[in-house]
Amino acid sequence: METKKTSLYQLHKDSNAKFVEFAGYEMPIQYSEGIVEEHKFTRNHSGIFDVSHMGQLFIYGGEDLIKDLEKIFPLDLKNLKLNHSKYSFLMDKDAGIHDDLIITKIDEGFLIILNAACKDNDFKILKELLNEKHKMVLDVNRSLIAIQGPKSSLILNEIVDGVKNLNFMSGNWFLFENQKVYITRSGYTGEDGFEISIPNNFADKLTRVLINKGSKLVGLGARDTLRLEAGLCLYGHDLDKDKTPVEANLKWAISKERISKGDFIGSDIIIKQLTDGVSKIRVGIKPEGRIIAREKTKIFNQSDVLIGEITSGTFGPSVNGPVAMGYVENEFSKKNTKVFLEVRGKKHAASICSLPFYKKSYVKGANQ
Amino acid sequence: MSEVKYSKEHEWIKLEGDVATIGITKHATEMLGDIVFAELPEKGSSVEKDGTAGVVESTKAASDVYTPVSGEIVDTNQAIVDDPSKINQDPENSAWFFKLKIKDPSEMDTLMNKDDYDKFAKETSA
Repeated sequence: METKKTSLYQLHKDSNAKFVEFAGYEMPIQYSEGIVEEHKFTRNHSGIFDVSHMGQLFIYGGEDLIKDLEKIFPLDLKNLKLNHSKYSFLMDKDAGIHDDLIITKIDEGFLIILNAACKDNDFKILKELLNEKHKMVLDVNRSLIAIQGPKSSLILNEIVDGVKNLNFMSGNWFLFENQKVYITRSGYTGEDGFEISIPNNFADKLTRVLINKGSKLVGLGARDTLRLEAGLCLYGHDLDKDKTPVEANLKWAISKERISKGDFIGSDIIIKQLTDGVSKIRVGIKPEGRIIAREKTKIFNQSDVLIGEITSGTFGPSVNGPVAMGYVENEFSKKNTKVFLEVRGKKHAASICSLPFYKKSYVKGANQ
Repeated sequence: MSEVKYSKEHEWIKLEGDVATIGITKHATEMLGDIVFAELPEKGSSVEKDGTAGVVESTKAASDVYTPVSGEIVDTNQAIVDDPSKINQDPENSAWFFKLKIKDPSEMDTLMNKDDYDKFAKETSA
């Protein structure tokens, strides 16, 4: 199958991107300055990410749709305000995760942002679950551009007046070159920032204007180091069908109101795990030295017994050291528990730590 | 000044007397990206031609470092362990990896000169 290209492909090329194939798309892993510089620039200034490979699913409907979606997602959608977003998951009946996603209430229904590698399968699952009752569009005519970092609000607001007034995890329609763009204040870096859904024909223009205003393109490489420092999960690594939201330590994203009723897909298992506890759980792991423990690294306790596995691990440029997350048996999940990571045949000391590794406060109040 | 030779695994080697200094090439660092971790062989240990003699890691992945010739490790460059970014900055000079006492000088003959290596690097990365 031929790899797909996003609307920013030419811009990536012009910017000396190194490309990788990711979920069927030819995507920039980094540009000339490299992952570490791109990472730091995002933390200190403003980085632009082409995330157009992700799915933008519009589902149209009213009260009926809310009822139907509540059977699927563990969210209180009835009380979700217009233009507000929630993090959630598409689960199977055993609460295994098909995908993690952001769902936003819009005028005509909902906009759901899906992972690139999962979007087609998600569409199929949702279509079946919703019995084709509601109009669903996995929009290929829109690009998705993220701008992240402390200067992003200032930069984007120069072009799209009013975005600086958005609160974290909320959005609205704005105009850029007379085109309707949907902008949410959200992201995947641990920084303040925005995600912009824009017609394909205008994505390149918008991005070039943002660059002119001082933002810089950042590739998937830095996107991974940024999200890992921020303690955020990557689907297919930290989350998959063999893990539940409770095991993934994401129970904060499940509505308490909905748990009390227990009428969504996977709710039996979720309720059971919340009551009885889980045998494995996702934790942050900080290696003691400089050694990097990557995905699939085995984790041992102090008696040399295998207790888990790393699901994401890299070097964190802002932490200036290795960072990782993974799943360990519940009894070893307490903060500061000493563990050992087997890298190239040798065991290296590490400790369980709380997430995120790198903390910055998101914008909660307006006018910042 | 002695001639610098190159291996297909993108190491450079400079022989002075019977001691060879070994590091990775600029081309290798460009392929790897930002190097954030380096592990070196132990002083006094013996390494065999084309065997593993260290590891470098970028933010993306880990890669083995091989020795282009056999010998006994007589010195290692702690500075690149303490600050691996030095490898990106000056790979073919101050950011050398290790020095070894060469066992069989004829092994040097199996390696490429600069022109051949540059050609090889260009071809393999195309």
